[in-house]
Amino acid sequence: MSHSKDIRSMLSEHEKDMINEELSHYPTKRAGAVEALMIVQRQRGWISDDLLLAVADHVDMAPAELDRSATFYNLIFRQPVGRHLVLVCNSVTCWLMGADRLRERLRSRFGIDAGETSADSRITVLPNVCLGACDRAPAVLIDETLHGPLTADELDRLLDSSLSETLP
Amino acid sequence: MTIDRRPLTEQIRRNGPPPTLCEYEDRGGYAAIRTMLTEMTPEEVQREVTDSNLRGRGGAGFPTGKKWSFVPMGDDAPRPKYLVVNADEMEPGSFKDRVLLEGHPHQLIEGIIIAAYAIQAECAYIFIRWAYRRSALALERAIREARESGLLGHDLLGSGFNLTVHVHTSAGRYICGEETALLNALEGHPVIPRAKPPYPQVSGLWGKPTIVQNVETLCNLPHILAHGAEWYRGLGKGKDSGTKLYAVSGRVNRPGVWELPIGTTVREILEHHAGGMQEGYAFRAMQPGGGSTAFLTDAHLDMAMDFESLSSVGSRLGTGTAIILDDRTCPVGFVRNLEHFFAQESCGWCTPCRDGLPWVERLLAALDSGDGRPQDMDILERHVTFLGPGRTYCAHAPGAMEPLKSALEHFRSDFDRHIDERGCPWAKTGTDE
Repeated sequence: MSHSKDIRSMLSEHEKDMINEELSHYPTKRAGAVEALMIVQRQRGWISDDLLLAVADHVDMAPAELDRSATFYNLIFRQPVGRHLVLVCNSVTCWLMGADRLRERLRSRFGIDAGETSADSRITVLPNVCLGACDRAPAVLIDETLHGPLTADELDRLLDSSLSETLP
Repeated sequence: MTIDRRPLTEQIRRNGPPPTLCEYEDRGGYAAIRTMLTEMTPEEVQREVTDSNLRGRGGAGFPTGKKWSFVPMGDDAPRPKYLVVNADEMEPGSFKDRVLLEGHPHQLIEGIIIAAYAIQAECAYIFIRWAYRRSALALERAIREARESGLLGHDLLGSGFNLTVHVHTSAGRYICGEETALLNALEGHPVIPRAKPPYPQVSGLWGKPTIVQNVETLCNLPHILAHGAEWYRGLGKGKDSGTKLYAVSGRVNRPGVWELPIGTTVREILEHHAGGMQEGYAFRAMQPGGGSTAFLTDAHLDMAMDFESLSSVGSRLGTGTAIILDDRTCPVGFVRNLEHFFAQESCGWCTPCRDGLPWVERLLAALDSGDGRPQDMDILERHVTFLGPGRTYCAHAPGAMEPLKSALEHFRSDFDRHIDERGCPWAKTGTDE
C-alpha cells in the first residue's frame, strides 16, 4: 500500500475537477462516490487498488466501504479490461433472438468467453443484463454505442471497424 | 381543436435529434408550467393530477396523486424535499423509457417541474443507468438549455419557486430500480431496500420527504395540466386514464414501441402494431409487462392491457412491454434465462432471495441439461411459495416467482418432458434457423 501523500497525487487535476463537480450536486460526498469511480475509470480503464484508495480519500470514505460499492456494481471494473469493451445482452429477448451466436462468434474469433479479455488486451467481452433495446435484439454495446439487431457476420464487420478506428 | 391521441410521442423523431427548447416551445411546450407557476397553487396541481387518475407507469401502477398526498406540505414541512426520477430501466424486455429519454428530454423536464412544484421539492435527481449514455447526454443538454432560459434554477420565471435538477449516472444493478434501494444508491450507501414504513414521502432521501417517480409517469404531467384531467381520462379505453407506451419484442414482424390508449387489447397490439408472428413461428405465450410478470396465453388475447384486467387473470400490466414466447423457443429455457437474471441481480440482503433464486436457477439448469428429477418440480413449487409476496424484504424475489409460477401452470408438460426425455426437446431440433 502506498503512502497517503502518494495516493492523493494519483488523481489528475482534471479528474479531481470533474469529481468535485459531481460532488457539488449532493449534501454528502459519498453520494458522488460511484460517479467519481466512473470518472476515473473512464480515464484509466479500470480501478486499481491504488486508485480505489485515492478516490476513497477524495470522497472521505473508508477504502473497504468504497470497495463494497465498487464490487457491487456490474460496470465498475476492479481488474484490467481491454481497450475495447463489448457488452453482449444476455437477457431473455436477446437470448431467444440468438445472442448465443454472437457470443460464439466472439469466442471463435478472439478465443475468449464472456467475462474475459483477449491476450493482446484489445477487447473484453462481458455479459450484460437487458440493454433496453429488445426491439433491436440481439443487441450489443460496443464502447458505449448500441448496435442491433446483429447477425454474427454483422458483428464481425462492426468489430473490424470499431476495433481499428481508435488504434494508433 | 383536434385532440392529439399520442401526446407523449408525437414530437419524437424516429431517426433524428430530440426537439430543442425552441422547437418544444413552438409546439406548446412549457406553456403548462407558465400557467401553473402564475395561476395554480401546489394543492390545485395535486388535485388536477388526482382527478386525472394517472397511475404510475414504472410497474406498480400506484395512483400518482395519492402518492403525492402523503408528502408533508406547508411551512412546517421538513426541507429540502426531493423528487427522484427513476430512469434505471433494466427490467428484461423493457425499453420504453429509453424512447422518452432519448427522444424528448424537455417533456420530461417539464414533467419534473410540475411534480416538484406540486410537492414543493427544490431539488430533483434523475437516476439513470450507465448503459443509457445517449439519454444522459440528451438530458444534460436539455437541462442546460432550460436553465439558461430561466426554466430551472433560482426563482423560476419570477415565481419565487426554486428547482435544481441533476443527472446521477448509476453503474448497473437492477435492484437500484427498487424505490428505496434507489435512495440508498443515490446516497452512496450499500444498495439494499429500506424497511417501510417510513415511506419515502415522509422520510426518503437523506431522511427528507421524497417522491420517486418513473420517467413515463412524469412525461404525462405536462399534457394533463395543458388539457385538463377530464381530457386525460378520455384518452383511455377502459377504467384507466391516458395513453400507455406499449412495446413488443420477440419473434414478431415489427418489434417496437407504440403509444396507444391504455386498455388497448393484447390482440390489437400484437397483430396490428407488432405485425403478428414471423413466418414459421407461432404464438405460444407472452409476458405482458416485462420479465417479472406472469405469462398470458392465447386465451387472453382479447383482454385489455390495463391494470385491472391483467390483475384479474393473475398477471400484471407491469411496464407494458411484452415479451413473446414462440413455439420454437423452449419455455423452460426462457424461464431459466429469467431466473438467471433475478438470481444475479439479487442484492443478497434477505435470505429467501439470496439463496432461493440461485437454487431455482440450478434446478432449471439441471432440467435443461437432462439432470432433472421428478422431485425437482416440488422444490420449484415450494420456492414459488417461500419466495412469494410477504416473505421477502422487497418485491424482487416475488417478481421473479411470477413467471415461474405461471410457467409451472401453463407449461407443466414441457417441464415433465425435460425429465422424461432427459434433456431439452428443443435442443434436438434447434430453436432457430
